[in-house]
Amino acid sequence: MMDGDIRVNTYDDGTTDTLPGEQRIRNFNINFGPQHPAAHGVLRLVLELDGEIVERCDPHIGLLHRGTEKLMESRTYLQNLPYFDRLDYVAPMNQEHAWCLAIERLTGTAVPRRASLIRVLYSEIGRILNHLLNTTTQAMDVGALTPPLWGFEEREKLMVFYERASGARLHAAYFRPGGVHQDLTPDLINDIEAWTETFPQVLEDLHGLLTENRIFKQRNADIGVVTEDDILKYGFSGVMVRGSGLAWDLRRSQPYECYDEFEFKIPVGKNGDCYDRYLCRMEEMTQSLHIMRQCIVKLRAEPGEVLTRGKLSPPKRGEMKTSMEALIHHFKLYTEGFHVPAGEVYAAVEAPKGEFGVYLKADGSNKPYRAKIRAPGFLHLQAMDYICKGHQLADVSAIIGTMDIVFGEVDR
Amino acid sequence: MADFVELAAYLTEKRPDAVLGTELAFGELNVTVALPALVSFIGFLTVDPACKFSSLVDITAVDHPERVERFDVIYHFLSMYTNARIRLKVAVSEDDMVPSIHLVHPSANWFEREVFDMFGILFSGHPDLRRILTDYGFRGHPLRKDFPTTGYTEVRYDEVQKRVVYEPVNLVQEYRQFDFMSPWEGAKYILPGDEKKA
Repeated sequence: MMDGDIRVNTYDDGTTDTLPGEQRIRNFNINFGPQHPAAHGVLRLVLELDGEIVERCDPHIGLLHRGTEKLMESRTYLQNLPYFDRLDYVAPMNQEHAWCLAIERLTGTAVPRRASLIRVLYSEIGRILNHLLNTTTQAMDVGALTPPLWGFEEREKLMVFYERASGARLHAAYFRPGGVHQDLTPDLINDIEAWTETFPQVLEDLHGLLTENRIFKQRNADIGVVTEDDILKYGFSGVMVRGSGLAWDLRRSQPYECYDEFEFKIPVGKNGDCYDRYLCRMEEMTQSLHIMRQCIVKLRAEPGEVLTRGKLSPPKRGEMKTSMEALIHHFKLYTEGFHVPAGEVYAAVEAPKGEFGVYLKADGSNKPYRAKIRAPGFLHLQAMDYICKGHQLADVSAIIGTMDIVFGEVDR
Repeated sequence: MADFVELAAYLTEKRPDAVLGTELAFGELNVTVALPALVSFIGFLTVDPACKFSSLVDITAVDHPERVERFDVIYHFLSMYTNARIRLKVAVSEDDMVPSIHLVHPSANWFEREVFDMFGILFSGHPDLRRILTDYGFRGHPLRKDFPTTGYTEVRYDEVQKRVVYEPVNLVQEYRQFDFMSPWEGAKYILPGDEKKA
């Protein structure tokens, strides 16, 4: 038994530790965050500690609450799109995707083939962006300093691809209802392909740093174990589910866009602990690379339109300069915006963190009547109390890391 | 699609006390549920072998200020076993208490706190109905339609008092809410100046 153990020990001869009055111990409450580097943002945890063991964990969220849902009710559908970049700012385009899908389902808009492929390509880039950040910073939380430096170098390259497609490194606003904003240039496609050739080596290096690392394993294996029952009870999704052996992936089970024609494997864990989730994320990056390569082949073979021309999208630039109707349409689209027929849908995508959904209720006007954003991190964070109970204080940061929490989407 | 029709008929037959109506729209099944039977119906959905809607996806609400039963509380469920989704709707008025479902789905805890925070709907039997997203000591329920987007208070750091102070919101310019309705399509009112012609 360790020093400072507050349990009363019983020994072979039947005696027990004597407990003098002054040794009566009460639990210790500490504030973890909101300015703590391992809190991955503005998370305030009120932890009740019994020695080093966490007895109770009460997350206080909302420090980054910006009222996105309220703001959305007074803006047009197109003006609302950039808000989605600001939710999970680690993989912005995956969020836009859900919003576009919701609008497209209500309006019955078909997305051109090429736009669909570009969306898949950039969703997978987003997934790698997210997993690179998550696995490496989680490693930093448990003591490794090098992985984030290597990971961020690759993220930088991916954000350049974002910039070359949309003009912005982070807040892209690239996916639009009816397609994507601009076509990709052949150069860009070539460069993405060249990157997919070099990235496996980086993944290999990261594996070399972490996977068999003794400290990393000791800090992650058997920590934060999640069972099938917990998954259902706490509404987990994404890697939190797959780490426990359930092959649940919306890309496969409820295919959206054109994911059904891509070949990829769904990695699943065995033990449902932090280490298995780390392995799942690493393997998902390899699978994303695989999807990206298939995408590139298809993109080269299939040129074409990237935006459905119609009510939802602006006219071509040249057309706008020559046709009065096109000019009026352009003006009306960017002032009044398009109208979405009344109805309600729930559109979900497999975002890197789990199921990201948008519940959209339209009343036929140019603004959503109500839009609810369902963020995976919200549910994962909710289970903090349950998962952390009985773990040591040092494991709290490992668990926050493995849950993949970004406050942009939790607080909305 | 076809199995949704079947499922809707099955639910109506099995739980006539709970199901007030079913609707299929945009490939999704909406079920309107009676408030008193809500918890038992959700329990039924979770365990019934034909449904197995065992994952709670989302709880939210929609405000319709013009209705007597002002709010729609909306539940989304997912079945990972049958790969289907369902949406439940309960109409509640401002004074109604909605029974909490945290015993069936522990994940409802924060969702119900959020709905309480944003709409002021009370959940009976909830273990810890505190505000969740808004500030400590916040007043009002922001997602109600009668709550202004700008809010009522603003905060700043006061150099004299050396602390953060709350003040009534002071807009340097009128909050701009543009009206884009065209008299050719949909606008139900007469534009200023047009009344002279009539």
